[in-house]
Amino acid sequence: MSEIKTVLEKYPNAKRESLIAILQEVQDKEGYLSREAICQVGEHLKLPSAKVYGVATFYNQFRFVKPGIFKIQVCRGTACHVKGSLKVLEAVKNELKIEPGQTTKDGLFSLEVVACIGACGLAPVMAVNGEFHASMAPENVKKILNTYRERTKDEQSK
Amino acid sequence: MVTIEVNGKKVKAAKDQMLLEALRQEGIDIPTLCHIDGLTPTGACRLCVVEVAGMNGLVPSCAYPVSDGMKILTHSPRVMEARKTIVELLLANHPDDCLFCVRNNNCGLQTLAAQLGIRERVYRGGRNEHKIDTSSPSIIRDPNKCVLCGRCVRVCEEVQGVSAIDFVNRGSKATVGTAFEQGMNVSSCIKCGQCIMKCPTGALRENSSVSDVINALKDPEKFVVVQHAPAVSVSLAEEFGLPAGTDVCGIMTTALRLFGFKRVFETSFSADLTIMEEASELVHRIKNGGVLPMMTSCSPGWIKYVEQFYPEFIPNLSTCKSPQQMLGAVIKSFFAQRENIDPAKIYSVSIMPCVAKKFECERPDMNQHGIADVDAVLTTRELAEMIRYFGIDIKKLAPDAADTPFGMRSSAGKLFGVSGGVMEAAIRTAYFMITGTELADLEVKDVRGLNGVKQAKLNIAGLEIGVAVVSGLGNACKLLEEIKAGRKDIQFIEVMTCPGGCIAGGGQPLNSDLKAIRARMKALYSIDTTDSIRTSHGNKAVERLYDEFLGKPLGEKSHHLLHTHYTKRQVIR
Amino acid sequence: MNKVNDFGIPVKEKQTGKTYIYVGTGTCGLGAGAGKTVKAINKYIRDKGLNAELVEVGCIGMCTAEPIMEIKANGKNRISFAKVTEDKAAAILDNVLAGKIGDIKPIYQYSEGLEKWDSVLSMEEYQFFKYQKRLVLANCGIINPDSIEEYVAAGGYKALAKIIGGMTPDEVCDTVEKSGLRGRGGGGFSTGKKWKFARASAAEQKYLICNADEGDPGAFMDRAVIEGDPHRLIEGMAIAAYGIGASKAYVYIRAEYPLAIKRIINAIEQAKHYGILGKNILNSGFSLDILIKKGAGAFVCGEETALMNSIEGKRGMPKPRPPYPAVRGLFDKPTIINNVETLANLPGVINIGWEKFSAIGTKTSKGTKVFALSGKVKNTGLIEVVMGTTLRRIVFDIGGGIEKDKKFKGVQIGGPSGGCIPEQHLDIEIDYESLKTVGAMMGSGGMVVMDEGTCMVDIARFFMDFIQKESCGKCIPCREGTRRMLEILNGISSSYRNKTAAQTLQRFKGVMSLRKLADVIKSTSLCGLGQTAPNPVLSTLRWFPEEYEAHIYERKCPAGVCKELLNYKINEKKCKGCTLCAGKCPVQAIKGAKKAPHYIIEDKCIGCGNCLEVCPFKAVEVS
Repeated sequence: MSEIKTVLEKYPNAKRESLIAILQEVQDKEGYLSREAICQVGEHLKLPSAKVYGVATFYNQFRFVKPGIFKIQVCRGTACHVKGSLKVLEAVKNELKIEPGQTTKDGLFSLEVVACIGACGLAPVMAVNGEFHASMAPENVKKILNTYRERTKDEQSK
Repeated sequence: MVTIEVNGKKVKAAKDQMLLEALRQEGIDIPTLCHIDGLTPTGACRLCVVEVAGMNGLVPSCAYPVSDGMKILTHSPRVMEARKTIVELLLANHPDDCLFCVRNNNCGLQTLAAQLGIRERVYRGGRNEHKIDTSSPSIIRDPNKCVLCGRCVRVCEEVQGVSAIDFVNRGSKATVGTAFEQGMNVSSCIKCGQCIMKCPTGALRENSSVSDVINALKDPEKFVVVQHAPAVSVSLAEEFGLPAGTDVCGIMTTALRLFGFKRVFETSFSADLTIMEEASELVHRIKNGGVLPMMTSCSPGWIKYVEQFYPEFIPNLSTCKSPQQMLGAVIKSFFAQRENIDPAKIYSVSIMPCVAKKFECERPDMNQHGIADVDAVLTTRELAEMIRYFGIDIKKLAPDAADTPFGMRSSAGKLFGVSGGVMEAAIRTAYFMITGTELADLEVKDVRGLNGVKQAKLNIAGLEIGVAVVSGLGNACKLLEEIKAGRKDIQFIEVMTCPGGCIAGGGQPLNSDLKAIRARMKALYSIDTTDSIRTSHGNKAVERLYDEFLGKPLGEKSHHLLHTHYTKRQVIR
Repeated sequence: MNKVNDFGIPVKEKQTGKTYIYVGTGTCGLGAGAGKTVKAINKYIRDKGLNAELVEVGCIGMCTAEPIMEIKANGKNRISFAKVTEDKAAAILDNVLAGKIGDIKPIYQYSEGLEKWDSVLSMEEYQFFKYQKRLVLANCGIINPDSIEEYVAAGGYKALAKIIGGMTPDEVCDTVEKSGLRGRGGGGFSTGKKWKFARASAAEQKYLICNADEGDPGAFMDRAVIEGDPHRLIEGMAIAAYGIGASKAYVYIRAEYPLAIKRIINAIEQAKHYGILGKNILNSGFSLDILIKKGAGAFVCGEETALMNSIEGKRGMPKPRPPYPAVRGLFDKPTIINNVETLANLPGVINIGWEKFSAIGTKTSKGTKVFALSGKVKNTGLIEVVMGTTLRRIVFDIGGGIEKDKKFKGVQIGGPSGGCIPEQHLDIEIDYESLKTVGAMMGSGGMVVMDEGTCMVDIARFFMDFIQKESCGKCIPCREGTRRMLEILNGISSSYRNKTAAQTLQRFKGVMSLRKLADVIKSTSLCGLGQTAPNPVLSTLRWFPEEYEAHIYERKCPAGVCKELLNYKINEKKCKGCTLCAGKCPVQAIKGAKKAPHYIIEDKCIGCGNCLEVCPFKAVEVS
């Protein structure tokens, strides 16, 4: 909650034009947009919550459920598509048993489909917390996800 | 002026006028689902497209200004094919339940489909499935029938300044919804129903009480009474093809008796009662340094609006219940005692031009010992539905008078139906209360008409009073902000939630255009000029009620039965 | 650092005797592991105590060659090595610093007039660059994008100083109009003409917006330009703002491009520091502020009116025009929206003059065009060619031909608004007009190469799926129409079994319905997104009708992509009867006893391909 306040304090007397930037910052801090966040942002900008919610649901970037520790983005741009990104996506879905927009039960991974990540030369591309994995093949998915699973285990054992 | 060529014919149009308007002036019917007269065009539905020579694509006439020499085809094969396809696409994502739909035979989409000769389902495929939101006592929202024209969103935002709903999501998943897609009951919706008035389909409708009322009428244990609001009698006729502004007050009374109502009362009676209380309250506040400006409290949408958006103004609201609730309260007290009926057996129905009244009668304060003052609220539309249900031809009925003790009214009470009417009635009575004499000219012209904001300065026996009349909460909001910023020259404000007042209420006949609303207003004014009793304090039945039961305005009994209180309201704002 | 330019910016020149090592650390370089290479090089410099500077540069455009390391040492020409992963850096450096070339061969050397490396191609001779003309990308991958001094050393901010010092805004608009520069973002409207509309609208405040919301899947030109040469964009924006009389400008950039955002913010700070941005620039009375707005992910925001709504904090839904943005745009003020590449062209136009600029290119399309070359081509990457270059040159010379030397099928140009160009038009000279004649469009410059293994119905379906998700949902034809088009395409490419008569009829009527819907969507949609949405379907229908026919009538996908149309069989010899496939079959179409060969009941099979995926013995065969 205080995280939201810190963001809002950076925008005193803000007008509607700051709405998206504020939502982006809140999401950066909290990982998603909670109801409280949306209401508070609306209050701050004197905008009805319905408006804020309407704006937030319009854009791909905003999420309304808590994401996992590792945010997986599978690129579904044209170049990635012709190079088989659908199969990569299927493999991730199978491995994690979640659909895009969802988070695994253990809270480790969340899956997102992006329209184009802008790295078409490396297609098909999967990014995990911004780390790019180029020329992905479905059979590599498990291996790569396992390295992230290991990472959390390592950290826990430390 | 410019000259344009429409379907080969030269036509004059005003410079910078939108094509749609120019074409309609020529008597050419251009279909549209998203256009609202007077608001900025959004160009969403694309049904008003026309062919303009020299342009590649088709042009939306609602959002395209005329220019000199423009050549337009309004019903070319290309245009018709496009319109037809657009409607076919809408139907592909629309339920097939016209027969059961509240808008059957009165639906923008259905009419269009018929006009364009669509007689089969052309595109099949997935449909968006949504839950129907029945959480609100006033408004039911069925997103399955929504065509996303956005008229509800715009009227809620631009006219009422509420924005309880907006577009949600994007692309083929786009829909209209509240914040977090929660029920309307927890949203900031003020239940005015202006969205219903603008909805071309059955996606928005009132929460109907017709079957409850019919069941009550069937129940021999129940003593079913009814009251009808001032604005209903001048609009009901339109539902049956009579000209707008026809007053069917007496005929309506006859019809209601035919339904089986034991008593038919007029809410205009309790409007007079309201004036006695409210004018006394105003005089009291002015004389004793009470909170000013005082603001009227007849319009339940407005009350909810203040409670959730401007709780700091709650002390400014008159504590008077609305006429509906005042009458409800005296029916189950005074009337019940007089007729020796158990109030629990009385089923009290009110007929209102309003859907917010359905919400108002459920407010916590609106009962005595757990017995609701008003049991069911019907809108003008629902009344028309019942008249059809009972097979009554209103054109063949003879008028009849309402019942005692709440059948007599002044024309001041009748004026409650139009924006400025409460103010006018209150001024007439306040003047009398302060001076002991009648106002020389009873008509207060400054507060008449359909303008959203009207203001006047009065001088009552040396006392300077500033008054303001606003309708449409967007206008009310502006005025409240002015007062917050320090404006001090107003002592009394009348606020009506719907623009123009109850004659344009959310429970009135659909497709009410400005012309019809103006005719209803004129009808109320003409009743006022011809009536014998023109002031609320001149209503003998009200006087008798005070003598026999209430005592005096603002007295203890009044306080208990006719006044209420308001509290800050938590909603998803 | 001795010289300074008009703005008082010191010019950073290379020190003799110092070694410079360059690594491309654009998004794609980092994706390929450039970050680790940088670490390895830094370690090398430390360990050896070298007098060397590691310069992180943007993307040179050869994505397949990433990570790229370049070295300039010992007074010899800068030399470039491809695929330098962390393990290779030290060995290469050892050799080059010793003046030798080891086992790992360089790909080319720069022509800097210094001592040449023997038997190493010059950049101009190297096939990837041979047919390119790099005006917009001149500095990309070569200079340090975080250094304004390096930009100035490469001739930067000269054009801005020139116009502020000696040209009126009208002259600037005139020059740009005469240069023939057209919008690089889509429609190809004359940039100078557009500016003049805004110039003619009287208003106290005008705005310039740089559209860097590269939402087009398959395009990354804007990202590469901003990551590699952000100051060029700033200079271009300043020129445009001066021309139209705007004192406030926005860069609307995708939030998905964090590196580009970082670099442009840094560049703006540097420019402010030297008074290139801010109040009263060079005492001319001209002031300019540039603000960053991060797009939150909506393809439709590439549409001007939607983009402005988004900047205003609203849903990115387009508005009808008129009023045009140049008259009433952002916050109801006159606004010009130009795309990154258009703006990045401006310094060049001013520097070389309109006469020379308009001499480049074809009759109607002047200058160069940057393309993002991707898909099934050997050399994927970012290229810049003169307008009028043939498609064949791009795909086969610059791109090096098709991967695995498979057969070429087509090129998709212009993303979701564009179309596919078939083999018979490979010799088309690319410009705005020629692309339209073959049913494609310039768009922003995504160019995806497809081979025989690409199904054109699938491509059409891919774009329709994209569009119906990205449609703003406001106007009916686009919202409902694209969705039905997608459903028809899905029907065409889905299994023919278990279908109702109505579905079969819909499939047979498919092409007819597609054409009709496409026509209505094109002619009635509110914005550019809708008006061009059917293009991918129309162009594939036009050039590859036989593929549609094969899908609809023969129920076959010739490219073997649409998996529900494939036939699955179990090879009895390979099947061990493990029952895994039978368990995974969603319709119980696989029968067989344990440890005995299984078989698929053809009529039941829906072609989901599950059995193929799970079989550990590769016994499931597809035809």
